[in-house]
Amino acid sequence: MTLNGVEKEVPGKISLLELLQQEGFQTERIAVEKNGEIIPKAAYEATWISETDKLEVVSFVGGG
Amino acid sequence: MGREKLFCEYAKTKAASGQGTSPEPEAALESEKKHISRRQLKEALLERYTPEMYEKISGGSAAIAGLGGLGSQIAVMLTRAGVGKLFLVDFDRIELTNLNRQAYDLTHLGREKTEALTEILKKINPYLEVTAVREKVTAENAGRLFQGYPILCEAFDKPGQKAMLVNAVLEQCPHTVVISGNGMAGCSSANTIVTQRKMKRLYLCGDGETDLASGVCLMPSRVMVCAAHQANMAIRLMLGETSG
Repeated sequence: MTLNGVEKEVPGKISLLELLQQEGFQTERIAVEKNGEIIPKAAYEATWISETDKLEVVSFVGGG
Repeated sequence: MGREKLFCEYAKTKAASGQGTSPEPEAALESEKKHISRRQLKEALLERYTPEMYEKISGGSAAIAGLGGLGSQIAVMLTRAGVGKLFLVDFDRIELTNLNRQAYDLTHLGREKTEALTEILKKINPYLEVTAVREKVTAENAGRLFQGYPILCEAFDKPGQKAMLVNAVLEQCPHTVVISGNGMAGCSSANTIVTQRKMKRLYLCGDGETDLASGVCLMPSRVMVCAAHQANMAIRLMLGETSG
């Protein structure tokens, strides 16, 4: 799979939520697109990651 | 605390002396209209754009969520560019600490940002079609608020709020493209601020990393560079350009 353009091994059966936590993302500050589709936050836990997935995770920072 | 109190006192004094509110903004705008016709404004813009560009921009519309350092400046730029229709949302009032980077001035202290900004924009283009809503944006009302707009400029300041709005709009408004301001605190080079198309319907403008908490300062110049990136992307989308 690729995460923000970087190739990664999928470590067995893993949910999107677990992967995001493992990668250190703060889930309340992000938006996630999987294979070109936005993934609602409520679906992170039930979304499974496969080897062909392309994930784009955007992290927001403060200021404006 | 001390600063907030000082501001409140200042606003109260101004309100009491009648300086806090513009006496007759509508009347002032009517007199502007008498002096400058819609055709004159169009002809002035046609000195700068091709007729085709003018048609696309004047026929364009955008929503702006958050009317602070990013949002107020984006609104001013889009109005100057001749965008036909703007939708503004914010629940806040203007404070003294806003003036280092926001489009307001001392006469606006204590006033609602939606109302003050509408007045500023109408002084630039009295024919601008502007709707301003004083409301706190939530995941529940975001879809209803923004679904009619092809472009939303996200201009909040807290990261959790930014993420909430972007998620809600991308999920609930299938025809809306979001241009988000992300990372403009601190005093590093303006060259670190860029526009990137991160998702199918999400553009990010900023350095992507300098958080207000870590950056400790919020400089008008860098905030305006970021606002200009957002406004520029909005205009490019109206012109049919989609690359970041």
